[in-house]
Amino acid sequence: MRKILILSAALATAYMGSVQAEELTGTLQKVNESGIITIGHRESSIPFSYLDDKQKPVGYAMDLCNQVVAAVKKKLNKPSLVVKLVPVTSQTRTALMVNGTVDLECGSTTNSKERQKQVAFSDSYFVTSVRMLVRADSGIKSLDDLNGKPVVTTTGTTSDRYIKQNEQGHSIDVKNVYAKDHAESFLMVETGRAAAFVMDDVLLASLIANNKNPKDFAIVGPALSVEPYGIMMRKDDPQLKRLADETLSTLYKSGEVNKIYDKWFMKPIPPKNITINLPMSEKLKEAIKNPNDVGI
Amino acid sequence: MGHYQWNWAIVFEQVAGTKEYYYQWLITGLGWTVATALCAWVLALVLGSLVGTLRTVPNKWLASLATCYVELFRNIPLIVQLFLWFYVLPEVLPKSAGFWMKQDMPMPEFITAAIGLGLFTSARVAEQVRTGIMALSSGQKNAGLALGFTLPQAYRYVILPMAFRIVIPPMTSEFMNVFKNSAVALAIGVTELTFQMRQITGEYAPGNPIEVMTIVSVIYLILAFSVNRLMALIERRTQVPGYISGGGK
Amino acid sequence: MDFDFAAVRNSADYLWQGFQYSLSLTAFATCFGILFGTLLAMARLSSIKSLNWAASAYVNLFRSIPLLLVIFWFYILVPLMTGVQVGAEKSAYLTFAIFEAAYFCEIMRAGIQSISKGQVAAGYAMGFTYGQNMRYVILPQAFRNVVPLLLTQTIILFQDTSLVYVVGATDLLGAASKVANRDNTPIEMYVSVAIIYLVISFTLSRLVKQLHAKIAVIR
Repeated sequence: MRKILILSAALATAYMGSVQAEELTGTLQKVNESGIITIGHRESSIPFSYLDDKQKPVGYAMDLCNQVVAAVKKKLNKPSLVVKLVPVTSQTRTALMVNGTVDLECGSTTNSKERQKQVAFSDSYFVTSVRMLVRADSGIKSLDDLNGKPVVTTTGTTSDRYIKQNEQGHSIDVKNVYAKDHAESFLMVETGRAAAFVMDDVLLASLIANNKNPKDFAIVGPALSVEPYGIMMRKDDPQLKRLADETLSTLYKSGEVNKIYDKWFMKPIPPKNITINLPMSEKLKEAIKNPNDVGI
Repeated sequence: MGHYQWNWAIVFEQVAGTKEYYYQWLITGLGWTVATALCAWVLALVLGSLVGTLRTVPNKWLASLATCYVELFRNIPLIVQLFLWFYVLPEVLPKSAGFWMKQDMPMPEFITAAIGLGLFTSARVAEQVRTGIMALSSGQKNAGLALGFTLPQAYRYVILPMAFRIVIPPMTSEFMNVFKNSAVALAIGVTELTFQMRQITGEYAPGNPIEVMTIVSVIYLILAFSVNRLMALIERRTQVPGYISGGGK
Repeated sequence: MDFDFAAVRNSADYLWQGFQYSLSLTAFATCFGILFGTLLAMARLSSIKSLNWAASAYVNLFRSIPLLLVIFWFYILVPLMTGVQVGAEKSAYLTFAIFEAAYFCEIMRAGIQSISKGQVAAGYAMGFTYGQNMRYVILPQAFRNVVPLLLTQTIILFQDTSLVYVVGATDLLGAASKVANRDNTPIEMYVSVAIIYLVISFTLSRLVKQLHAKIAVIR
């Protein structure tokens, strides 16, 4: 009996390779002891992390995160590791990460220098550009065309500062108007109360895709800001960070990421089978070629 | 909660990516709150007094018209009323007028909110004014008429001056309400105090909502207290000797 | 300009769901608000200084700040404190019960004070304790006296529940606004919601008025 134990231990060590030699620290240690890993997900961050018609969190970020979870299972040799799913919002995600409620946040969180003071990020898995949504017949092509016009911002987001921040934007004067959520901001453009809605291109694309008349709208203008998204985790946790980065790198090198991207951005997605139709941007291709977690 | 990183100095920090500070946002917000509330209050006093008085006149048609006005504005939630003015009105107007409301009207959210809140509050003011008038003994009106006053004159010189004094205490709470209710204006995008709080605790400084919310709450408390003191002062100044104000009860 | 009131019919199920939430929020907040408000009123009228002070502070605090602000407080605070994402709908139950208690407290206080001193003294003379006196003599009468006021406050409360819209809850207004934004039908949706609120609030307030007249006669 004892022999078998020793043998299996030896086999396990051999199977898991040299990494196993190091002692577990941080989140991996915690997960190893509790047998539970907690994923923070969003409820309506389409197509990154949202609830499908069966109230199950799915999305591009969730697919990538599940790969990281698989790597964790493998590393800890715990195939039956319990994966707990906790919904987070843009308001609670940082706090719930810092206080240990969630171990990985898989949503659409910008890797910013500001946030890096509190939390850490994996290598970027998406790069969003802030651009503007206008009515296709409005003739608006660039920032200059917005001079004197109302521009809508969703309350609680930071997009009202992008125009001011942009070099071309300094010389123009826009009227800021505000709406409660993205859908309402979109309605402001649709009903002509706002000339433009400045937001992440991916959000704009999915709003257009959801509309009855997608042809009436266009995403125009230069990128006012470029923001990389990363999987959020706790600071000073090198083991988990390395595991996440390695997992993403593998997906990037093998080209597997392209399939996952197409699944969520170029094909019909649940719950309503709409297609966002946002081809991979140059910025994202660059981030996949040279994985990094620089942040903005 | 134990991991919450308190930072009361957050309001004195610069807003990332701008040249502004958070406290400046809060001051701007307070400005809009006060402006919205005061404009609405003036409108509510004028319309409310008129409608409230009309409800007590002998003319049945005028009185029931005034009653309809009060019931209409009292039985629809304020936020829905604001939506009607902001989202629905421009769409049912002729196209050019609607377009003007949506794109060229100066400060559309503010004007809509001030008028909407004013109309909503006027119905409540009207009720107070009517109660005040009803509380006066009919002897006062008759005395006025006997002195040769016409009915409008009797209202102008005898009934209303007394009625207004009687309604000062309930008006105090309506005046406080108008400040509190002005927060609803954020629903149509007025950048008032609660709006600024929402904006700051959103993506700008999501890590410190408790500090920001506490500061904003204290500002509202100070506002409520100031209004209360102001009205108490007015009540003392306008007292009629020998007549206990609030004597309607 | 073409109105599409079929949009209202098509989304009737969703609006009905939202309306049910509005009703359940109103019912919950009324029950707990009155219960908690009565306790607060007793505290405000008690001779124990600290209790008295705490209850007044509670009432004055909540009567001085906007309900909207309180909705945001709980919406943000509850998940921070508990670590559980309860969502806008559930946190609103707590918000309204706690907020409305301050208003119900003032009504119950007026009711309790409307009972003549003689009755209170009579209760004590019969050997009732403070609690028994409250339970058997004062509260039943106080409650009956203020029923119209309580009902009026409930109508206000019903209208106020529409404010949960701001945190994205799906009440009647929230449901209507989600449909309005999705289908670009703000006219149809908001006009319908306004009519629903108007009819319900107006009818109820008429009923309360009749009840008030009846009670006044009995007295």
